Amino acid sequence: MNMLTISGSPHLHSDNSTRKIMFGVVVALLPAMLVAVYYFGLGALEVIVLSVFFSVFFEWLIQKYLIKGPLTITDGSAVVTGILLAFNVPSNLPWWMVIIGALVAIGIGKMSFGGLGKNIFNPALVSRVFLLVSFPVAMTSWPKPHPITKVLVDTVTGPTPLGYIKEGLGAGKTLSELIPHLPSYAQQLMGQMGGSLGEVSALAILLGGIYMLWKKIITWEIPVSMLLTVFVFSGILWLINPQHYMDPVFNLLTGGVMLGAVFMATDMVTSPMTRGGQLLFGFGIGLITMLIRVWGAYPEGVSFAILLMNSVVPLINRGFKPRRFGKVKAATVK
Amino acid sequence: MNHIVIISVVVLGILGLVSAVILYFVASKFKVYEDPKIDEVEAALPSANCGGCGYPGCRAFAENATKSASKNHSLEGFFCPVGGNEVMQKVAGILGLEIEEKDPMIAVVRCNGSYAHSPGKVKFEGVTSCAFAHALYAGEGGCQYGCLGLGDCVAACEFDAIHMNPETGLPVVSDKCTACGACVIACPRDIIELRKKGPKDKRIFVSCVNKEKGAIAIKNCDVACIGCGKCEKVCEFDAITITSFLSYIDFDKCRLCRKCVEVCPTNSIWEVNFKPRKPKVIKEPEKKETAKKPEAAKKPVEKTSVAEKSVNTKKSEK
Amino acid sequence: MGLLKTFVLGGIHPPENKLSAGQPVRTLKVPDQVVVPMGQNLGAPSKPVVKRGDKVKTGQLIAEAGGFISARIHSPVSGTVFKIDQVMDMSGYRRTAVIIKVDGDEWMEDIDRSDTLVTEINFSPEEIIEKVKDAGIVGMGGATFPTHVKLMPPPGKSADYLLINGVECEPYLTADHQLMLEKGAEIIVGTRLLMKALKVKKAVIGIENNKPDAIRQMTELAAKEEGITVQPLKVKYPQGGEKQLIKAVTGREVPSGKLPVEVGCVVQNVGTTFAVYEAVMKNKPLIERVVTVTGKALSNPSNLKVRIGTPIKFLVEEAGGLPEDTGKVIGGGPMMGKALATLDVPVVKGTSGVLLMREAESHRLPESPCIRCSKCTQVCPMGLEPFLLSRLSRMGRFEDAEKEKVMDCIECGSCQYTCPAHIPLLDYLRLGKNKVGALIRARSKK
Repeated sequence: MNMLTISGSPHLHSDNSTRKIMFGVVVALLPAMLVAVYYFGLGALEVIVLSVFFSVFFEWLIQKYLIKGPLTITDGSAVVTGILLAFNVPSNLPWWMVIIGALVAIGIGKMSFGGLGKNIFNPALVSRVFLLVSFPVAMTSWPKPHPITKVLVDTVTGPTPLGYIKEGLGAGKTLSELIPHLPSYAQQLMGQMGGSLGEVSALAILLGGIYMLWKKIITWEIPVSMLLTVFVFSGILWLINPQHYMDPVFNLLTGGVMLGAVFMATDMVTSPMTRGGQLLFGFGIGLITMLIRVWGAYPEGVSFAILLMNSVVPLINRGFKPRRFGKVKAATVK
Repeated sequence: MNHIVIISVVVLGILGLVSAVILYFVASKFKVYEDPKIDEVEAALPSANCGGCGYPGCRAFAENATKSASKNHSLEGFFCPVGGNEVMQKVAGILGLEIEEKDPMIAVVRCNGSYAHSPGKVKFEGVTSCAFAHALYAGEGGCQYGCLGLGDCVAACEFDAIHMNPETGLPVVSDKCTACGACVIACPRDIIELRKKGPKDKRIFVSCVNKEKGAIAIKNCDVACIGCGKCEKVCEFDAITITSFLSYIDFDKCRLCRKCVEVCPTNSIWEVNFKPRKPKVIKEPEKKETAKKPEAAKKPVEKTSVAEKSVNTKKSEK
Repeated sequence: MGLLKTFVLGGIHPPENKLSAGQPVRTLKVPDQVVVPMGQNLGAPSKPVVKRGDKVKTGQLIAEAGGFISARIHSPVSGTVFKIDQVMDMSGYRRTAVIIKVDGDEWMEDIDRSDTLVTEINFSPEEIIEKVKDAGIVGMGGATFPTHVKLMPPPGKSADYLLINGVECEPYLTADHQLMLEKGAEIIVGTRLLMKALKVKKAVIGIENNKPDAIRQMTELAAKEEGITVQPLKVKYPQGGEKQLIKAVTGREVPSGKLPVEVGCVVQNVGTTFAVYEAVMKNKPLIERVVTVTGKALSNPSNLKVRIGTPIKFLVEEAGGLPEDTGKVIGGGPMMGKALATLDVPVVKGTSGVLLMREAESHRLPESPCIRCSKCTQVCPMGLEPFLLSRLSRMGRFEDAEKEKVMDCIECGSCQYTCPAHIPLLDYLRLGKNKVGALIRARSKK
């Protein structure tokens, strides 16, 4: 007979694990990845592969030689960071910038805080903002989408819809002059527009989001509250002056809002723990995004919004406690 | 250009002046008088902030000691176990008092249920916390009084004086021990005791706290005290008492004659830092106990050799 | 059936694995020797009133209650008191127990051992409580709180609801399920007795929806009685927890740190209800109970009726013998049960099951860093934040843990079950409760 084991209850464990969650996220990212490869061709694939490989590689390097702790690259978190980083950059980003991006994401965004679970900011976004500030030209030259079925030509670059509007308005043009040059809603939904390689197709991202909701990897609070805030905020502005502000649907479908709402803001490590906190978190991101989009210097502000809200998560966690069982009535009894 | 510099300097200067005046009045209004002796006493203390004296940190000890000295003119109940007599004399000097010397103490682990002596019957899985395991079950070896080996005492020690011996699974106290008593509180099974360090660090104690009947105790651990009473009979100084099948040596009465060590049939009484016995003495127990226990002869020698390396050793015989 | 009642906050649904479901209750033969521990109930241990060499009959009193919250203990067999000694019980510690050598099976004369159903209640509430007290009945769901204490609400408080707990939300266990199928009529009478004792008009029997046969039978039986209804409940662990059951059935919420009677509810397990029936109508003290013996490697998972004090190894023998591959033996269910160090420990009043886990299932997975997924917070039925409490406990910040309501934890283990990082959350929470409890005691001393 074996030696019996003594341990505290419970003696059962669900088949849930960190690795399972991470690979669930990878699966959810697949549709958007396929769309990216379809529209941006091998350049997108190259960026994704480089980013993932070097994210994992740097994590291994740092764990093995700097921290000298246990190796945890098999948990899949570095893979997710790598894909998300790739999703947040243009598909024609030079290879060495991708590698720098991976180093910043893993080295500064994640490992400098102590590794998985301890980082305050979303590593992929830390890296994206770092790249944006360091290489503004490379990070804002968006290749035009170009279905892979056609012959590959030299990449043509152009602005994102958001950038186009911002520039146009800045140059004193009116919206009615600008709108005809934009892709249609259907094209926006499918992803036929300029942008970072993973953010273009709202539909593919939503598919991934629904998969994650079904698998209970994420909860609805953050995406819904964020998207709703963006919708309502831009809707109010649009109703006030439709000649100066774009309509809410445009604001939802373009830029990084969808990607941010479904994949970036819902990052477990850097989002609040309770329902109320998550709702506030999503609201804050939506609000800051719109403030930057409408009045800021950048055409897009999802990354900044998420990073800003990441920084207040510890405060939110303090302020928002779950509804404690038996708390409400205790007050009336006493 | 010049006037900008002048305006900046003037504005900042006025701002600074106004703040300084406000700060001055606030500081003088809310000034709290504090006995300067408190600072002196605190400076004399080792600032380990271990809480061994019973006060939360050295500052609190200094405050209370100063208060007691000015009110009651005594330092009764105040003792810094870390600094010992030397520091207490200094403190007393600062406060203008005289105090008696106390004997130096050391933490003693009173369990010898190593992996070899009390082999595991079950395997524990869970957090490495004695307090948790104590609430869960008797222990891997089955002794419900013995050391759980999960190191709450090690975690509690502020002085790096207590470590787990991976070979025995028991904690070992080194000479860094200041007798602050943190480990005594941390141990959920009250195994660790503060005992007199003894002359030249020599001391004798019962390395067992099992209060069960001898038959049960010995079943779980072959070096358990079985309460046979031999040591009590042999002791000439009334230092040994047996309550509920457990022998205890009063360190105030013990004269370190080592007779009890010789008669103990389970080798649960330990002597530390004694010189190896002369061959004559070794033969005696061998004759008495015949060849039944050959290790009885070997042990004192080995024990001492280990003890020479560090002060209080959990022996390493396997 | 999507709108079945259940509790609101948290909860999980582990695989049910009710291997012994539908197995009729078999009576285990009386062993040669029984060990009756004196600490079988929550509260003070009982005090033996027999001494070595005494002859005892089955059902004879052998220990008096050791305090107000304590219960009497009766001899489960007839024979001779062999000795009173320290014996290891389910707690893992050696505690006082009366060891009786069995000799025949001679019962006390006033015990009615027939199977005839007695339905006529000729007792006053006080008499019922007195009989329950005399019979030494404790909560048989596992909490072992003395039942007669529950039947006497503190002054100024009164109950208006009696809840009968037939939830059996623990995976593997089927003892209560089988008891409802075989002794449904007796349980109904027991319910009426408890209603009378508590002077309440309404009683609800809560049964989870994974026991449709029990729901059907109990509904039929209850239809004939006034005031008793059966409430099917959605399958969700830990619905069998007192506070969760009250919330699920009545929507009332027991305030933090208070007893269920605060919201006018008293909960009794079906096993307890059956024991109350036997005690009042048949004069039979609590000397035997139904225990589920189960495990994936066990050849014959069973529901056994056993005498209190029977060593667990006898039960395992009856259920097919100890499998070679056993890595862990659990007294109770897999979620809240206690891992046992040996099979020699006796069955006590609170033993609802014995579960044998295979070696491969017996070990925890290595811990990895918390990824702050907040799943533990989502599943906690008490609305606590286990990740935070475990961290506070690990850091030794017990005052903060107290402020975060660590004492509200019901130790259901849902957090640890669900944690993807395999962190032993409940271990840390228990440690926290342990230390906070000591803090509170120290404070009240001052």
